[in-house]
Amino acid sequence: MKLVIIKYNAGNIQSVSFALERLGVDFAITDSPEEIAKADKVIFPGVGEASTTMAYLRNKGLDRVITSLKQPVLGICLGMQLMCTFSEENSTDCLGIFQETVKRFLPQGDMKVPHMGWNNLTLSNGWLDNAIESQYAYFVHSYYVPVNPHTSAITEYIKPFSAAMHKDNFYAVQFHPEKSAQAGELVLKSFLAL
Amino acid sequence: MLTKRIIPCLDIKDGRTVKGVNFVNIRDAGDPVELGSLYARQGADELVFLDISATNEERKTFASLVKDIARHINIPFTVGGGISSVADVAPLLEAGADKVSINSAAVRNPQLIDDLSRAFGAQCIVLAIDARKIDNQWTVHTHGGKIATDKKLLSWAKEGQERGAGEILFTSMDHDGTKEGFAIDPLSKLNAMLDIPVIASGGAGLKEHFIDAFVLGKADAALAASIFHFGQVKIPELKTYLKERNIAMRA
Repeated sequence: MKLVIIKYNAGNIQSVSFALERLGVDFAITDSPEEIAKADKVIFPGVGEASTTMAYLRNKGLDRVITSLKQPVLGICLGMQLMCTFSEENSTDCLGIFQETVKRFLPQGDMKVPHMGWNNLTLSNGWLDNAIESQYAYFVHSYYVPVNPHTSAITEYIKPFSAAMHKDNFYAVQFHPEKSAQAGELVLKSFLAL
Repeated sequence: MLTKRIIPCLDIKDGRTVKGVNFVNIRDAGDPVELGSLYARQGADELVFLDISATNEERKTFASLVKDIARHINIPFTVGGGISSVADVAPLLEAGADKVSINSAAVRNPQLIDDLSRAFGAQCIVLAIDARKIDNQWTVHTHGGKIATDKKLLSWAKEGQERGAGEILFTSMDHDGTKEGFAIDPLSKLNAMLDIPVIASGGAGLKEHFIDAFVLGKADAALAASIFHFGQVKIPELKTYLKERNIAMRA
């Protein structure tokens, strides 16, 4: 199996690489459209701000590469948000794979923004390992994707939101599997086993 | 439910942990990677690695150490110590650190918070504030607590939030090292005022102190060093204890 991580200005590429190394998986990090298109599986990481990241992807032509992929693609954190149609973060048009708007959390009482730390998940449809429901995943984000028909796991913070999604060959998680200890390894293994 | 976080802090000098002491399950407590891995296995929710090196020469080893930590540790970690520019931060995040903490340099140049937040995102900028009560006012100190400034804890924390910090790490110098509990009063004031998470630091001695920090102080996370390093409080036992008392904890 040929696995690639899309190389762009995402902040967590190193951490995702190390997580895959810990699982003993071979992979390449590349921004070559040909190499990405030829891969069996693609990871689309993401830490950063939506508008500058989308501008970077468009500038490199990676936006069209990502939307045209037919093999399993895993979006992580900002990667998942950019797979939606629009983000309230600096009013950014995104990739439009999931027909959803990414919204900003509004702080409420003791619940602060960013949503930062370990939270649990309730699975709603299929690709994640059930064992993850008894564990916690690490989140850091100020924007969220509302619960929608493509939601595969729900987490509650201020309101229920999409912790994971799936549509066709596109898979996505809001949390950071690369930093989520055993729970994160389960997620990466589920994706690698698809 | 979002859990409260328990964060061991490791001081690093010249690539080695300082205050590293006797561990039964570890070959080399002076090795930050080994000690950090042990804490991660024990259930620590995050780690903080603070470079207390005095010279730039010693500091050079830190970025390669950060990469080594990221390679082996599967939970988030913050690094700090001597960071004063965007150029200082980029290699640390690229090496795999999740957040950086800034302290003295932000007091000297508050614009640094704006610059770092814009360059890397608020979520990875931790504003560390060391403060001590002087004439009934919580006064911000810099340079490891040596120099008093004219800034006050609450207004400086608020300014930090407005400039784009993603989290506040508040250390009470009056409580640090006493093992008599966290500074609950300023902690609860900070948490009532801020919209970003606050990490309580300084004074942890007993498991009960963590309850006070979370319930009375409303802290989002609590940081400690020596009680974990010396094994006076063990992370698995602490987390079980807190969970039994209805504090949301990652098991």
